[in-house]
Amino acid sequence: MSLISTISVWIIPIIVMSILLTAVVKKLPSYELFVEGGKEGISMAVSLLPYLLGMIVSITIFRSSGAMDALIDGFQPILRLIGIPSEIVPLSFTRPLSGTAALAITADLIKVYGPDSFIGRLASTMQGSTDTTFYIITVYFGAVGIKKMGDALKVGLIADFVGIITSIIIVSMVFSN
Amino acid sequence: MVNYIWAGLAIIGIIYAMFNGTMEEVNQALFSSAQEAVTLVIGLVSVLIFWLGLMRIAEKAGILSMLATLFKPFITRLFPEIPKDHPAMGYILSNFIANLFGLGNAATPMGIKAMEEMKKISNSNHASRSMITFLVINTSSLTLIPTTIIAIRIQYDSAAPTEIVGTTIIATFITTIFAIFVDRMFHLRRERNKKK
Repeated sequence: MSLISTISVWIIPIIVMSILLTAVVKKLPSYELFVEGGKEGISMAVSLLPYLLGMIVSITIFRSSGAMDALIDGFQPILRLIGIPSEIVPLSFTRPLSGTAALAITADLIKVYGPDSFIGRLASTMQGSTDTTFYIITVYFGAVGIKKMGDALKVGLIADFVGIITSIIIVSMVFSN
Repeated sequence: MVNYIWAGLAIIGIIYAMFNGTMEEVNQALFSSAQEAVTLVIGLVSVLIFWLGLMRIAEKAGILSMLATLFKPFITRLFPEIPKDHPAMGYILSNFIANLFGLGNAATPMGIKAMEEMKKISNSNHASRSMITFLVINTSSLTLIPTTIIAIRIQYDSAAPTEIVGTTIIATFITTIFAIFVDRMFHLRRERNKKK
């Protein structure tokens, strides 16, 4: 554990140092370059805002109306039939939509069922094994003004589904006792 | 598709609220979530400025192209549309590397730069093949150390907070391989449809 936490603490400062060191060795105007690149960050954030705001508002309406819970309840019998525990259903629906919401649900599951329970381990693995498909697609396509998204969303969602199934199988296999 | 999902979520939510007496919650959510989005973006500004500034230095110092050379054999197979020495390769790689180390915040600006470079290649507002492959790999997640989850597990007194690192890596690996495979299938299907 101490090794992993040390690595996670060290990695960013080490990357920063290596970049700056290389710049100094190559006699580049590092500060000026930093400012120049950083300016792009401001315009990027501003152009991101409408994409994020739109998506977040829509998802929150869906969730706060209770429609999301109803949807989950409706799916539960089918999911239980193919072996997906109903406790993780809300997480699997939220994971592609919102990273922060999914993280909140994962934390809640870990709290309620315990980190070392089947559900706790499954939620932990699921959270890490797929990413927020909708967020990534809106942000990346939005930032460069792509209107036609092709198959990206379809493939992303298929991958999310596979991620959930894979997590269930692997957690059951590794932690079966 | 995103248009339907986006509008659909809100429409279904509001209609559902009409029949279930949750209109007040929805009304509140409308404004609080918009506020939330602004706060989120303000939080992103600092990270974006810092990492884009730093990445500009890395780019000029030749670090990105160096990394790209290192991983070129692997990455050119995934992105056959992108010329070997194109800057897009460097950004794609930095994005993948940042993701692997769990630096989600650092990965986003580099991913956006990668998309910009790929757009220069395709020069259209339709998603190109490389863009789709790139995003699919990103959405399937590339995680080596799920730091946030480990932190939460520690917080709730796990006997072995890091025991899920192994399962996460295996699950991520399988999902990513599968995503690349599905992406290829869809690409082949598109090519077939074009010929018809």
